[in-house]
Amino acid sequence: MNDIKRAINHRKILKQKLNLIQNELSFSKTHKMDVPKGLYEKCPNCEKTINKKLNIQNDYICTDCGHHFRMRAVDRIHYIVDRNTFIERGIGYITLNPLFQHDYEDKIAKYKKSTQLDEAYIYGHAKIHGRSCVVGVMDSYFLMGSMGSVVGEKVTKTFEYAIYKRLPVIIFTASGGARMQEGIFSLMQMAKTSAAVAKHSRMGLLYISVLTHPTTGGVNASFASLGDIILAEPDALIGFAGPRVIEQTIKQKLPEGFQRSEFLLEKGFIDQVVDRKDLKSTLAKLLTFHQRTNS
Amino acid sequence: MNILEKENKLKTLEKQIEALGEEKAIEKIKEEIKNYKKNEMTKLTAWDKVLLARHQQRPKACEFIEYLSPDFMELHGDRQFRDDPSIIGGIGTISGTPFTIIAQQKGATTEENIQRNFAMPHPEGYRKALRLMQQAEKFNRPILTLIDTPGAYPGIGAEERGQGQAIANNLMAMSQFTVPVITVVIGEGGSGGALAIGVANKIMMLENAIFSILSPEGYASILWKDASKAPLAAEEMKITAKDLKDFQIIDGIIPEPPGGAHFNKEAVFKETKTSIINAYNKLKDLTGPELYYQRNYKIRQFGFLQRFNYDNLGGNDSDIYKNIRNR
Repeated sequence: MNDIKRAINHRKILKQKLNLIQNELSFSKTHKMDVPKGLYEKCPNCEKTINKKLNIQNDYICTDCGHHFRMRAVDRIHYIVDRNTFIERGIGYITLNPLFQHDYEDKIAKYKKSTQLDEAYIYGHAKIHGRSCVVGVMDSYFLMGSMGSVVGEKVTKTFEYAIYKRLPVIIFTASGGARMQEGIFSLMQMAKTSAAVAKHSRMGLLYISVLTHPTTGGVNASFASLGDIILAEPDALIGFAGPRVIEQTIKQKLPEGFQRSEFLLEKGFIDQVVDRKDLKSTLAKLLTFHQRTNS
Repeated sequence: MNILEKENKLKTLEKQIEALGEEKAIEKIKEEIKNYKKNEMTKLTAWDKVLLARHQQRPKACEFIEYLSPDFMELHGDRQFRDDPSIIGGIGTISGTPFTIIAQQKGATTEENIQRNFAMPHPEGYRKALRLMQQAEKFNRPILTLIDTPGAYPGIGAEERGQGQAIANNLMAMSQFTVPVITVVIGEGGSGGALAIGVANKIMMLENAIFSILSPEGYASILWKDASKAPLAAEEMKITAKDLKDFQIIDGIIPEPPGGAHFNKEAVFKETKTSIINAYNKLKDLTGPELYYQRNYKIRQFGFLQRFNYDNLGGNDSDIYKNIRNR
């Protein structure tokens, strides 16, 4: 008898394990990123060549100088949320070409292929250290993470879903700004996403915005700057106007460290600069602080 | 021949009258001018409209305000840093109703332009606008904003004081107001710097005004690495009032005389005033939450996209609006 029970139990556990593996497989299948070519890459900060594999194991942080490399959205999710808890939402949006820009559709198709994403932003329901939240991540590899109609819509949906489920929102921003190929529609996404943040905020819910390299333009001037708590990764470029535009306007060189995270911390526009290593625990801590008691 | 060249030709025609002095010749040339105005000056390309929107003689915001509300009283300062001269704010009555008026002001002369920073606001300008709009909300006063800016100022000081944060705050706060907000784009509407005072219940544009995500020069230099292709970019970007009306981004177009607003300022002011009053009459009977809902519904519709409908959210947008507690 006991043996049979044990055998059944064993099979159950096996099945669970298999399910887990399958889940992970299906996730990585839908979000397969292209494998980096070459074994080594150069760190843009200390200019040393580093082993790519080591770099990935080290959460895309330079083993030598601690420079934070850009991270793909999928890696970010793998890294920040608890294993197997991410359920992607808002799938199936199609980017259109409202201005009939001649090579825009080709560009989108190209980036879709290289990043295996529908658009420059993904979001979903997830858990961080066991606490439910809605996590959204922008991917700067997809047309510089620019915000077009679809990205704006998905960001808005992020907040609407969070309102519906009464959950906190965490968004990792990485964007060059509004997407100029969609013209005025991209611009209007700034208003749309800001209004969504306001709605979420009025429900008394928490919104943490994590600024990563780079966060500029229309994204910086809308939902990225509206977090209840704004964190930033070290040495990320954060600002409204791009440094080149400023240099052209004022016709002088910009000081070192201008528009970087530490600069903004000093000027009082972000709450904290957090190393990537500590990011998950910091977020978990913040979620615990804002956990709602039963009422 | 672009619109500025056409204008010059018109001027040379007008000068010929003085030179000739004979009555018959005068009449002939007058006829010619009339025809020219009627036929040539109304054929405008998108680039012509860009040039008109930036025209030196185009009526500026303060001229509009002077006509709309002669008793306008300007209020200065953001209470934090300084007074930004590129944004004018204050209170004035428009046909008997007190409005809070916010406007971006270009200079009529070079000196004034330098003083006004070419209507490119700093963060403190947006914070002043926000302060005055929140005041309007407190006293239940409708808000009128006039947009005329190439964009928010890209400079060291502006970045240090949080340009992005100032604009974002304005966007968020403006979506929440429970008073009517009416916006008129009177000239250039440049990117986030324009939108920061343009989240409104009713957005209107003058016929030759433009509203764009970035300047046609910027678009051309980023996409084609050639700023001289700006006329082509202007055409492609769909930035004219008519295009935006077709996209349902704006609610109305205010007509201008042939050749641009500066040919007959009085007529433009008059048209603008009637449009504003009409818009206000439509909004004034709505309650606060209705105005909030109307504006948010309008904002929510912005976008040009498609979706397969297989992700069941379990609740639609209208449910979410119901859940929002009344203020």
